[in-house]
Amino acid sequence: MDFKNGAELLELCQQYHCPISEIMKKREWELSEARPEEISAKMKTAWNIMKESALTPISQPRKSIGGLIGGEAHLLNRRREAGKSICGSVLSRAITYACAVLEVNTSMGLIVAAPTAGSSGIIPGVLLALKEEYGFSDSAVENALFNAGAIGYLAMRNATVAGAVGGCQAETGVASAMAASAAAELMGGSPQQCLCAASIVMMNTLGLVCDPVGGLVECPCQARNASGAANALTAAEMALSGIRQLIPFDEMLAAMYAVGKKMPPELRETALGGCAATPAGCAFSCQKK
Amino acid sequence: MAFISVFDVLGPNMIGPSSSHTAGACSIALLAQKMAPGPLASVAFTLYGSFARTYKGHGTDLALLGGIMGFATDDRRIPDSFRIAREQGLAFQFTVNQEEEEIYPNTVDIHMVTREGKTLTVRGESLGGGKVRITRINQVDVDFSGEYSTLIVIHHDRPGVVAHITRCLSDQNINIAFMKLFREARGQTAYCIVESDGRLPENIAGRIRENAFVNDVMLVQPA
Repeated sequence: MDFKNGAELLELCQQYHCPISEIMKKREWELSEARPEEISAKMKTAWNIMKESALTPISQPRKSIGGLIGGEAHLLNRRREAGKSICGSVLSRAITYACAVLEVNTSMGLIVAAPTAGSSGIIPGVLLALKEEYGFSDSAVENALFNAGAIGYLAMRNATVAGAVGGCQAETGVASAMAASAAAELMGGSPQQCLCAASIVMMNTLGLVCDPVGGLVECPCQARNASGAANALTAAEMALSGIRQLIPFDEMLAAMYAVGKKMPPELRETALGGCAATPAGCAFSCQKK
Repeated sequence: MAFISVFDVLGPNMIGPSSSHTAGACSIALLAQKMAPGPLASVAFTLYGSFARTYKGHGTDLALLGGIMGFATDDRRIPDSFRIAREQGLAFQFTVNQEEEEIYPNTVDIHMVTREGKTLTVRGESLGGGKVRITRINQVDVDFSGEYSTLIVIHHDRPGVVAHITRCLSDQNINIAFMKLFREARGQTAYCIVESDGRLPENIAGRIRENAFVNDVMLVQPA
């Protein structure tokens, strides 16, 4: 069983009367050489790493290698616990955890690239927030990760997830689309609503450039992971409400790829444009040298 | 098109901060270590392109050294690689080469010396997302990813050697996924690289060595 695009994925869901996660699992069972129990165990390991990286920095903040970030998750968590969050509990948790994972990543801790290291905070952020808020089991979340994997696979296959090729829209944009789709399924949405959520994210992140200050995965990457989590929850909420979108996921993915290829090299991970080229960004780079 | 697994999307599990500059660097060195002709006394890394410019901010040096000591991309000892190498008595050195421009952006040369004085130099490229490939062994250009069970045979460029290799493989009922030949020049040292779907048996190396024109055999198994 395999699918080449979102339309084929939806057909399979309809044919087998099952959610996206189930189709992605079947595909993995059939096409990889691993046994089903090995695949489940591997996903459990991935989710355990995700949870640990989302929670540890709250009590143990760590400075990044480049020194630009560290301690953000602790600050966000303190504000939420003090009842001051303007986002509400779910979103506040999601952005806290997204920032936390980037802290772990930039201080040489263990993370799961999802789909990349620079965008590794969004999926754990969104899914751990939903798990805590709505009491989902770990195995329910591990299932949802297969759904996220289906979206990421399509992005890898039909577009790109590399910032150097397609800008930040390909990294945090795709991560956010993956999280939105997984969140929609976790909250009881249909396969159509999952792809709709992913499509909304791709619209909302279209054109986002990759411009890491000093070439490091720190600024603006951490903030982009927080906003990626917010984007995912916004899109899932819209899709779950029954709002429909004009542009199907496959077409948005193609649009993202086309926009990425038109971006000048300065805005694709070379640290020569955007945030990296601001006076403050340049001053930091020079000081590091 | 190669199969994209759900774990290519949600993965690798890795020590940060960069899949190309940290995890990829670790994977290249881990492959090099598997090819080494014995326990290492010293290792010298030469970094090119983006590796040369930004290795410190990405822990590329720590990841390379960790990989050489056998650490996988998710090994929490990677940040302590320098200390662990010193404790193990492994000498290490990093050199930056920013003059070479006609080279893939994330490239490293790894020069290994074993405790018995044998040497091996391997060039690797980090392709993004943690994917890597080995592009040179000693002075010969090669190409393999290490994702498959891989057999590397170093031999004299003589008729019949490749037939010997394929006979050894077919005798054990091994299905070849990819097979490539590389050589320095006609009649000189040649490299035969075989990638297999299943896991190649450890005893295959001994069988292949029986041919007089075979100099050395390396077996690189995936994790």
